[in-house]
Amino acid sequence: MEAIKEHKGLVFPLNRTNIDTDQIIPKQFLKRIERTGFGQFVFYNWRFDDNGNKREDFDLNKAQFAGASVLLAGENFGCGSSREHAPWALLDYGFKVIIAPSFADIFYNNALKNGIILIKMEESQITEWMKEAENGAFYLSVDLEKQEIQDDEGNIVHFDIPSYHKEKLINGWDDIALTLLNEDKIKAYEEATQA
Amino acid sequence: MSKPKTVIEKIWEKHVVYQESGKPDLIYIDQHLIHEVTSPQAFEGLRLNNRKVRRPDLTFATMDHNVPTKDRDVVKDEISRKQMETLRKNCEDFGIKLADMFHPDQGIVHVIGPQLGLTQPGKTIVCGDSHTSTHGAFGALAFGIGTSEVEHVLATQTLMQEKPKTLNVYVKGDLGPGVTAKDLILAIIAKFGVKFGTGYVMEYTGEAIRNLSMEGRMTVCNMSIEGGARAGLISPDEKTVEFLRGREYVPKGDAFDEIAKDWLALATDEGAVYDKTVVINAEEVEPQVSWGTNPSMCVPISGTTPSLESVKEHKEDVKRALEYMGLEESQPITSIEIDHVFIGSCTNSRLRDLQNAAEIIKGRKVKDGIKAIVVPGSFSVKLEAEKLGLDQVFLDAGFEWRDSGCSMCLGMNDDIVPAGGRCASTSNRNFEGRQGNGARTHLVSPEMAAAAAVEGRFVDVRKFKSGVLN
Repeated sequence: MEAIKEHKGLVFPLNRTNIDTDQIIPKQFLKRIERTGFGQFVFYNWRFDDNGNKREDFDLNKAQFAGASVLLAGENFGCGSSREHAPWALLDYGFKVIIAPSFADIFYNNALKNGIILIKMEESQITEWMKEAENGAFYLSVDLEKQEIQDDEGNIVHFDIPSYHKEKLINGWDDIALTLLNEDKIKAYEEATQA
Repeated sequence: MSKPKTVIEKIWEKHVVYQESGKPDLIYIDQHLIHEVTSPQAFEGLRLNNRKVRRPDLTFATMDHNVPTKDRDVVKDEISRKQMETLRKNCEDFGIKLADMFHPDQGIVHVIGPQLGLTQPGKTIVCGDSHTSTHGAFGALAFGIGTSEVEHVLATQTLMQEKPKTLNVYVKGDLGPGVTAKDLILAIIAKFGVKFGTGYVMEYTGEAIRNLSMEGRMTVCNMSIEGGARAGLISPDEKTVEFLRGREYVPKGDAFDEIAKDWLALATDEGAVYDKTVVINAEEVEPQVSWGTNPSMCVPISGTTPSLESVKEHKEDVKRALEYMGLEESQPITSIEIDHVFIGSCTNSRLRDLQNAAEIIKGRKVKDGIKAIVVPGSFSVKLEAEKLGLDQVFLDAGFEWRDSGCSMCLGMNDDIVPAGGRCASTSNRNFEGRQGNGARTHLVSPEMAAAAAVEGRFVDVRKFKSGVLN
């Protein structure tokens, strides 16, 4: 995965709770055998009607949110199915940062493995940003090293992130390569347990 | 005496390969189950990095998500066919056992694991599917993973995981007559919400849990993820042991009795402490029907949809759910008419589920205009059911009797509910579009689904049995 230290981007507010991975990417798009090209399908049933035409009433389709890369959402984002196609689709569409009061466990891991910065934030702060962002042209800068989010007026909000997750994102670590450095320990475990 | 421990801690400690402060533990995976949808990119990753599958002998594959449930000889959907062919090739290239679409062991991955005895107490089991929690019914630590993690397990037979917190879901008392495991888990999620288990592994405890059949326990553990927990399990007991005795992949003879002792010793110790405990009274649980677009939006059959005035938080989401579902606020559940019935999925497609539904449907007819299908969880479940004549019971009533697969639970194959259609479904998710774009899903038990098929609307199956509906 690509390393990511900081990111500044246009904010898209999606004021819904419990956004499940079926909404992030519906099942009909899970049949591809590649990791790429899923961005066009993100939030598909919200963005498009039954005939494949853009739904004008869905904000992400509006011009002022074109190029958005910071997603604000309600609690329990990414619940449901374990499909990693969800973070693949979000990243491929252009979202690099997702800020929500809470994330579902499997989604959190999947997104982390793909270098998306997930930030847990107080709901009241998110509500405030959602209001600011509602008409577009609202930008947030995320500095992972300092664990700070800054708006255009220079207001700074601190966020928490487990230090291991932070290091992983900043260094773009490949977990498999890291684990294989401990291959002797895996072998020893297998011998000891006759696994 | 050493400190009392939960089954979760006991399994975890036995599987730590490597521990370093400030980092997740590296834990060993005893059983890796794979299927066609979430594995292709993992194998691609192995090839790109010139890596092998470390333990093909601990890996088992089947095809379930995409497979047609009728006229299997021709898979018309070319992309589905390609995905299945890719799995076949990957299994051949890397030496992994595969129960493909025509294999007698084929079935929904969470049905065949226990059926074959691959699922055993104390094992760590993973699969690229969130309903892997099902295997927790046997006292295994089983959870869903993403494709990157599938690749990690293929390459290393381990996973980096933070040690989970423990959550005791204590079910007090016993379920009333005619109330099922499905009603219990739906009531638990309705009471505590869709994220009370986030960051935890759940253990279900109490009299009602001990009294459930293994099939019932699988139904409960299956839906742990709908409460936010990646894994939910139940301490092994004699029922667990007896279910597994004689299964293909468990030891035989004396060796089985030996391993069974180890299994029983895994049960949570008296006095063990959990990070959190929630309590539900089983006696208060009624047959459940979901009305909304997540599994916590669920009420007893005697209930109604919520009134918006009574909703304190996230009112907009509730309003949107009612709109999507085409329901009014405060609408009685018994007034909701359905046009589809699906009996199947990793939640409710085992032999006992089909027997329970058949008991309701026997000698009755599916109401005109309703499309009703039964999709057994595995090829073996199908054969056993046919031996018992259940296929004929369902066919006589007007159900279709299909081949096994995930089918209408997520509609990746042709089994979808059309836009605006309304389905009484024994599956696990009522998300928008889950069973088909614009489809409306109501989660229920197999018994409740069968009764709804006859009446064309939701009814209390307990009254249905007695012949007095309202």
